[in-house]
Amino acid sequence: MTSTVEGSGPTAPTGPVSVRLRGIGKRFPGVIANDDIDIDVHRGTIHAIVGENGAGKSTLMKILYGVQPPDSGTIEIDGEQVRLSSPADAIRHGVGMVFQHFMLADNLTVLENVVLGAEKLHGIGGAARAEIARISAAYGLDIHPDTLVEDLGVGARQRVEILKVLYRGARIVILDEPTAVLVPQEVEELFANLQGLKREGLSVIFISHKLDEVLSVADEITVIRRGTTVRTVSPSEVTARQLAELMVGSELPSPSTETSTVTDQVLLSVRDLTLPVPSGRPLLDAVSFDIHRGEVLGIAGVEGNGQAELVESIMGMRPAATGTVSLDGQDIGGLSVRRRREAGIGYVPEDRHRHGLLLDAPLWENRILGHQTRSPSVKGPLIDKAGARSDTQRIIEQYDVRTPGADVLARALSGGNQQKLIVGREMSGDPVLLIAAHPTRGVDVGAQAAIWDHIKAARREGLAVLLISADLDELIGLSDRIEVILRGRLVGTFDPAHVTPEQLGSAMTGAGDDTEVSA
Amino acid sequence: MTPRMTKLLLGLSAPVLALVAAFAITSLVLLIAGDPVGGVWGEILSVPEGRNIANIVNSASVLYLSGIAVAIGFRMNLFNIGVDGQYRVAAFTAAVVAGEAWLPGYLNTVLAIVCAMAVGALWAGIAGVLRATRGVSEVISTIMLNFIATSLVAFLLRKAAVREEGSNNIGTKEIPEGSRIPSFSFGDGPGQEIYGFVVIAVLVGVLYWFLLGSTRFGFDLRATGRSTTAAVASGISVTKMVVAAMLLSGAVAGLVGMPLLFGESYTYGSTFQSGLGFAGIAIALLGRNHPVGVAIGALLFAFLNEQSNPLQILVGVSPDIVAITQGVIVLTVVVSYELVRRYGVRLEQQSVARALESERAQREEVTA
Repeated sequence: MTSTVEGSGPTAPTGPVSVRLRGIGKRFPGVIANDDIDIDVHRGTIHAIVGENGAGKSTLMKILYGVQPPDSGTIEIDGEQVRLSSPADAIRHGVGMVFQHFMLADNLTVLENVVLGAEKLHGIGGAARAEIARISAAYGLDIHPDTLVEDLGVGARQRVEILKVLYRGARIVILDEPTAVLVPQEVEELFANLQGLKREGLSVIFISHKLDEVLSVADEITVIRRGTTVRTVSPSEVTARQLAELMVGSELPSPSTETSTVTDQVLLSVRDLTLPVPSGRPLLDAVSFDIHRGEVLGIAGVEGNGQAELVESIMGMRPAATGTVSLDGQDIGGLSVRRRREAGIGYVPEDRHRHGLLLDAPLWENRILGHQTRSPSVKGPLIDKAGARSDTQRIIEQYDVRTPGADVLARALSGGNQQKLIVGREMSGDPVLLIAAHPTRGVDVGAQAAIWDHIKAARREGLAVLLISADLDELIGLSDRIEVILRGRLVGTFDPAHVTPEQLGSAMTGAGDDTEVSA
Repeated sequence: MTPRMTKLLLGLSAPVLALVAAFAITSLVLLIAGDPVGGVWGEILSVPEGRNIANIVNSASVLYLSGIAVAIGFRMNLFNIGVDGQYRVAAFTAAVVAGEAWLPGYLNTVLAIVCAMAVGALWAGIAGVLRATRGVSEVISTIMLNFIATSLVAFLLRKAAVREEGSNNIGTKEIPEGSRIPSFSFGDGPGQEIYGFVVIAVLVGVLYWFLLGSTRFGFDLRATGRSTTAAVASGISVTKMVVAAMLLSGAVAGLVGMPLLFGESYTYGSTFQSGLGFAGIAIALLGRNHPVGVAIGALLFAFLNEQSNPLQILVGVSPDIVAITQGVIVLTVVVSYELVRRYGVRLEQQSVARALESERAQREEVTA
């Protein structure tokens, strides 16, 4: 994949470059997390880095903050090539990071939190207090050194985190998904603070996947997809739709479906599925849909709009969910996860490491997982090791899982091969419904094509498939029908034969003209 | 080298590494204290006599049961620190039941043992239910329950006890001779007798191995221990498993006092051996929760205890030095297992990568 760095747009910042990344690469066993990343961050600008989950943003930031060394490429800070082998190194070079999850001690004051670990700079007393007050005033952070952190709101805590890195002399501030925890007013305040930092000549690197925010605050935007830089653009020259398109990539090989195999026999029927939250907006709000035999229903939506909750409610992992779910005419609403699986639901979970595998168990034991009550893995109350082993061997061959054997620990396989094993396992035992959440996330292109083929084959054999994906091409290519989910509600139905990624993108953000929902 | 051999070697290297490190650290302590290092090890590592062997095996059977009780919890990531309290409540109950002798002969024995397991399970079950329904950490609740058990048993002992003649000790009624479990001798020397209960301890080990390794229940238990989230997604009810595992762990803990009760003391009194539950934690760690590993750990701890007895008389060093060794073993075991585990994972990843590399090369040769 080639990467283009556009730095010559009409509004592109022209100041000196404070961070220059060239050809950054990072590989984990079986996974390429970063590959040939090129980014220039100019001094006194806010530079946004956007990309889907798993695109490699976090790995890149860990490299820039010295948590992990890159396998290849160079990092230049203020024109000087540096090696960052620890966060302390990074701080010494003026790079500070504000994590998504705050690292503050609640029962200490702001002063104590700020000086913790940086006692040598200004001591722990009056000088430190004065310095905090000075920074707070200079950047408009409105932080008082002697307040207890537990008395502060989320927005103020984030400002304390920012103050912490400024106190340590950061000239380059990295913010990892800073708005994820904030309410809209706090987001506004944060953006005002960021403008303050910018005015003082600091560089801000802002990681996000919320496109509207990025467009409103950033001076430059770099899009990362599948571990590599796709393009750097100026916010004035792109729309949210175009950015979304860059993020999910519309030029990828399209997983097109063959002729429709949809029947009129309803296999999964969901009515008024609601997942209430004690205080606030329900995570799922009266979701209703049907999936027929031989039909793939795609669910499109920006991450965190209720997709995970929808899947877990259908699987029976969310006891608080209300509404009815019936499978092949049978109400499964009151059944346990195990009974639902036995009734014929196959489940490819979103997070295979957390929900799909026992990483420290051999593959044949992973074959049993989720099928503990069904042959060939068990005989009555006993585990049938020979049966499980030979069936694992079958999956390894049929699904092309690259492994020396069934006794290897799941951890030793690459992401793509782990996923092929899961797909193979979930397709065993004659399921009638397959729930596939992000089935090709974080897998290599070869495995992706193989998994697409298996889903298509399942559809031909008359399975109903519920497909959740952030990859719009995958959704358009595989689905017979696409529903868009926004804030826990289904807000629009699209025919994949006629929809474009742009139309889907605008429905997903609620910003489109063709839906009734407004942001 | 075959993968199986590598696995075996790796598995053995961890405890060996830990023991060597523990002996080195203990020697260092002896050196600093100015004690005769050679003398101490010479005495501890001497070949035990028949009478000592009997003592070692007997005490190992008790430690083994305790280790297995803890191991059941460990396999599910539950830290049952409360084996100590569980076995005491259970042993007391069994002593009372057996002492009353409502049933004749061995029926009485069986009833008492069943009662012990039930009470042990119940006592541990309290912590299990609290964990499953209220999310109370089982570490805290079992520690608390240990204190309650100690006080409760002391209180009830006063109610139920008969004073032994010519002694200040109080204890429950003696178990009638027909209900005691006979020991068997393996030599002619004095004291060369092994508890009959050792057989039951071995049986418990076999059952544990079978239950964990070959049954659906055991699979669910191990799966929950490895990943709660994956267990939930696969359809395991984690709350049920927490309660079940605690009940099972408590039931085995209930057996811990039985070899002593039916093979030696025949009564539960104020001098009944304490602290066995905590030794079980160390032994389960040392034995990696494996039925054979725990047996070796129990034998090792029993061996160290027995061999250290004459240290004071013969070389003038307090036998408590082995407590240091045992403590250090627990620490070094944890460290060395983690080191070996990481090394093993790396080795396996490399071998997978190599296998795939050669496969790819072959394919390319074919296409070329």
